[in-house]
Amino acid sequence: MLRLLFTLLLLLPLATQASEGEFFLTAKPAEQASLLETWAAQPDAARLPLLENLRQGRIAENDTRKLRLNNRLRGLIDNTLASHQLLSDQANVRLVAAQQLQKTAQPAQMAFLDRRFASEPDAAVHAALGLALANLQLGASEPAVRLAAVRLLGETGDPLARTRLEALLQPDAETDAAVRIAAETSLAQVQRKLLVGELLGQAFSGLSLGSILLLAALGLAITFGLLGVINMAHGEMLMLGAYSTYMVQVLLQRYAPGAIEFYPLIALPVAFAVSAGVGMALERTVIRHLYGRPLETLLATWGISLILIQAVRLIFGAQNVEVSNPAWLSGGIQVLPNLVLPYNRLVIIGFALAVVLLTWLLLNRTRLGLNVRAVTQNRNMAACCGVSTGRVDMLAFGLGSGIAGLGGVALSQVGNVGPDLGQSYIIDSFLVVVLGGVGQLAGSLWAAFGLGIANKLLEPQIGAVLGKILILALIILFIQKRPQGLFALKGRVID
Amino acid sequence: MNQPLIVTATRKAGTRVSMAVGAVVVLVLLALPLLSLLPDGHALQVSAYTLTLVGKILCYAIVALALDLVWGYAGLLSLGHGLFFALGGYAMGMYLMRQAAGDGLPGFMTFLSWSELPWYWAGTQHFAWALCLVVLAPGLLALVFGFFAFRSRIKGVYFSIMTQALTFAGMLLFFRNETGFGGNNGFTNFRTILGFDITAQGTRAALFLLTVGLLLGSLFLCWRLTQSKFGRLLTAVRDAENRLMFCGYDPRGFKLLVWVLSAVLCGLAGALYVPQVGIINPSEMSPTNSIEAAVWVALGGRGTLIGPLLGAGLVNGMKSWFTVAFPEFWLFFLGALFILVTLYLPKGVVGLVKKRSQP
Amino acid sequence: MKRRSLIKAFTLSASIAAMGLSWSIQAAETIKVGILHSLSGTMAISETSLKDMALMTIDEINAKGGVNGKLLEPVVVDPASNWPLFAEKSRQLLTQDKVAVVFGCWTSVSRKSVLPVFEELNGLLFYPVQYEGEEMSPNVFYTGAAPNQQAIPAVEYLMSEDGGGAKRFFLLGTDYVYPRTTNKILRAFLHSKGVADKDIEEVYTPFGHSDYQTIVANIKKFSAGGKTAVISTVNGDSNVPFYKELANQGLKATDVPVVAFSVGEEELRGIDTKPLVGHLAAWNYFESVDNPVNQKFVADWKAYAKAKNLPGADKAVTNDPMEATYVGIHMWAQAAQKAGSTDVDKVREALAGQSFKAPSGFTLTMDKSNHHLHKPVMIGEIQDDGQFSVVWQTEEPLRAQPWSPFIPGNDKRPDYAVKGN
Repeated sequence: MLRLLFTLLLLLPLATQASEGEFFLTAKPAEQASLLETWAAQPDAARLPLLENLRQGRIAENDTRKLRLNNRLRGLIDNTLASHQLLSDQANVRLVAAQQLQKTAQPAQMAFLDRRFASEPDAAVHAALGLALANLQLGASEPAVRLAAVRLLGETGDPLARTRLEALLQPDAETDAAVRIAAETSLAQVQRKLLVGELLGQAFSGLSLGSILLLAALGLAITFGLLGVINMAHGEMLMLGAYSTYMVQVLLQRYAPGAIEFYPLIALPVAFAVSAGVGMALERTVIRHLYGRPLETLLATWGISLILIQAVRLIFGAQNVEVSNPAWLSGGIQVLPNLVLPYNRLVIIGFALAVVLLTWLLLNRTRLGLNVRAVTQNRNMAACCGVSTGRVDMLAFGLGSGIAGLGGVALSQVGNVGPDLGQSYIIDSFLVVVLGGVGQLAGSLWAAFGLGIANKLLEPQIGAVLGKILILALIILFIQKRPQGLFALKGRVID
Repeated sequence: MNQPLIVTATRKAGTRVSMAVGAVVVLVLLALPLLSLLPDGHALQVSAYTLTLVGKILCYAIVALALDLVWGYAGLLSLGHGLFFALGGYAMGMYLMRQAAGDGLPGFMTFLSWSELPWYWAGTQHFAWALCLVVLAPGLLALVFGFFAFRSRIKGVYFSIMTQALTFAGMLLFFRNETGFGGNNGFTNFRTILGFDITAQGTRAALFLLTVGLLLGSLFLCWRLTQSKFGRLLTAVRDAENRLMFCGYDPRGFKLLVWVLSAVLCGLAGALYVPQVGIINPSEMSPTNSIEAAVWVALGGRGTLIGPLLGAGLVNGMKSWFTVAFPEFWLFFLGALFILVTLYLPKGVVGLVKKRSQP
Repeated sequence: MKRRSLIKAFTLSASIAAMGLSWSIQAAETIKVGILHSLSGTMAISETSLKDMALMTIDEINAKGGVNGKLLEPVVVDPASNWPLFAEKSRQLLTQDKVAVVFGCWTSVSRKSVLPVFEELNGLLFYPVQYEGEEMSPNVFYTGAAPNQQAIPAVEYLMSEDGGGAKRFFLLGTDYVYPRTTNKILRAFLHSKGVADKDIEEVYTPFGHSDYQTIVANIKKFSAGGKTAVISTVNGDSNVPFYKELANQGLKATDVPVVAFSVGEEELRGIDTKPLVGHLAAWNYFESVDNPVNQKFVADWKAYAKAKNLPGADKAVTNDPMEATYVGIHMWAQAAQKAGSTDVDKVREALAGQSFKAPSGFTLTMDKSNHHLHKPVMIGEIQDDGQFSVVWQTEEPLRAQPWSPFIPGNDKRPDYAVKGN
């Protein structure tokens, strides 16, 4: 008997939850909104599962009826859920909830937040809650409460705090002189912090753009820089790399769904092999006949690029294909309130540097590298010394194409994967290699990062279009000054 | 369209016959516009479509010739000749837009609610000034760029990539709506030229004749240039610039002159292209177009005067035909053609002919 | 050896030309219709599916006996995303192939390029894509949306309570005519709703722009100043990097919703939509619209894609411009049937007031005078399966205002089609 009663008691919250869910499902959007607002002000731990489900667009886990949500309701659900999560006994859940509430808390939630603030044991959550409260306290009636809130807001570097403080400083918004002065100091403080975040953000995006340019250009630095082939099909090697990534993703989805999370890693060797294979085949059949006639390689490789693009278009369709970011490459680290460093960009920067390092080691510390450099510097002499120049050419071209394939894997994580992918990178790649100095890996490295950062510094000032034009003009001027690029090969050779 | 015939014919013959064939081609080109004036339904009538198509190809042929002058003779591969072509076209387009707009502003400006013309549009309602611009805009740009480039002895691949950057920058600049050249849409919807209806058959025929005239003129000019001492100096620049300098010549002046001349020829071709085709927009400056021009020259045979003309005609003729006959596969044909020509015909189609006539 | 290969090439080309000739002689008893969509170059990404949709619609009409007892014969050409080539190909279609009508173009510049040709030769063009308006040619029928049939309702929705009650607007577009004009109209509209200039930010990027880090950071900064919505007229290819960057920097639809005017089902195929749920698009048709006409339309298209072995057939989707193409071809066929001829002037007359039960679930009518379709407006939310769910739609189709009243001077424009406007 007792047990029955106990079970019933346990079921009671479930029952209310189910009925609340039913009610929510049938209510009109406006009713749903006011319901959520009431719940947010008076949270009940039993409602947590319902809210979790609402966020998924359903009222219960195994209920197939789909809830029609819009962005307003989604926002309210997030806020209400955060309110409820403050009741959780895990500190990290409460912290995330408090941070969400800093953005979205409404005056009606103030009483509840006050109570939680008073009883919060965890220091970090306490502080976060304090901030969330401070946002609301700006509208409090006692000047002392407002003063404390303003001071607290000054400690954050939150862009929202600036807006709130600015609103407070509007003429006839704040009447108390002491609060006004405190608000001004706080505002200056916040702005300083925001500026730091902004500058760091610009620097980071410059680095990130640079790393992408570097990956796009690195293969070309070998095929063009070392072998002297004006490889207009270089962009298509990038494209092949990106499509290999797509194929790996599709195949894994079909045959090994468990490994799908790591498909970019599996795609790396595949893309390298595909691009290198195609590159070597092209070298053997076409480019081999054109050494020493660099400008004519331009025409032949241009023809190759047309064929590759149209072939991909016929096989995969003209539309872009979907390459999704795995979970570990989505999202980012929140370094400052206005600075998020996305994981995929961080990984790409690291990857670019790793590829440069490997390439450098390969060229400077291995037998193949020695042969490649020998053939580049003096083909006939190298041949005399017993270097099989044909084989070295093929391997070097394969290496350059393969590296382009690796670049394609990285590019697929930040941009389009379509037949025209290569076309959009080819000009930039040539500029990087030429600017850095043909035949110089280090030059390409500096040129790529230099171009990336210069681009990102100019863009906020004069816009993306003018920025790009200015960069091109600067490159043209720079080449006047250093006709052989940043790092010229020094020597007395004259043609 | 009729180039394959010419090729097969010339292959079997020596210089005299090829001269004769050349004369026939010129006569045919001169007859085309006259035949287009015949009344509709006449058996010999040449349609406006054929006329504009051939006219367009002739403009491209002038570009190819101009490019060949700097590449084939002076060894400077420019991947930016599309820019000069488009600048000439834009200068002519400005005049045509002013004609179409009458006293008002060109359509796209009222559209951006501009109230007055930007300063660089001043005077473009006068045909004479527009003609000056056709020459000056590409000419001056080439002069400035060439002066600095040749002064710092940029050559080879560096020069090619820099010209490519130049045309790319130009394209981005003209894409911007604020630049005042109609943005991506460029100039279109022309009405009259010098008071004549631009769609009238007579105007078309006249424009066509002018294009033939310009082509013959530039052919003659290039021929005289290359046959003169100047031409031999250019070839020397191409083959061994340093040795030339050791002989006491300063190659910069020669390079600059031929470079500017080539740019101006492109500008003139562009000016004739725009009224015939009816549109000019920044995609003419896209690096791809300039690379294609290099392909025409290589295909026809660089370092010859007839080669580039043949190349431009062949590639564009094929393109026009393939895009209808095999809309989905034509890029394969075109791509394969480029590869085969570079592999097996290093001197282009003309090389093939020459080999036959001098066994 | 070299000579032989060349001779072979010439023989091959000659025989193919001969094939083409004999084919056109055979097909004398049909009505030729031109299809002018880029199959190569940068625009192939959008236009190839319209070509296939046009072919399917023509098959469908032919299966029902064609028009006036004659079968339709499509003439497909590839203008290769090259604008002068568009003009050349349209002249070829009209004068060499003598087509009765042309279905084609996507970008405004391609339409502007062919317009003088159609007006000169009195041809007929059906243009299936949403565009900036400011044009009304007697030789063109516009089956896509004018700005008032897409942009303005979308902004009204964003300002409504359900749409999030946006107060600030970030207008982001690719730098060409359609975004510029749309944003100009929107700015005037927002002014009329009391939104101040400081709450409107207008930013343009070049074509093919692929690095949206700075712009997304700016959106974030801008959105701190109040409830913000982004109105995106970013063109096709740049959308993937843009949306990827939004997801990267953690900007969610609940914080800053993005409503796009150029992103449809076809574009979403290239994007992982899970991080994008809640972002919006405004169109006149969505594949997810639930009605019998659309069910048949979608099923037919999927079957067609499979039968013709089109690339990616297993994931074939329909979108707004495809529907507009479908509606346009059917309307032309109806009008030609009614006129009893394919003569351009007669068909034009018959088209005025013509109506068709469209997949969007509405009966669409061609306006009596302004050459534009009356269209319903729908706002769709991106779902995690790459489809849209309609969150708002108009009660009935709206009449197009190609001359937007928000652009000064347009009040003097006539409300009927005049050449050379």
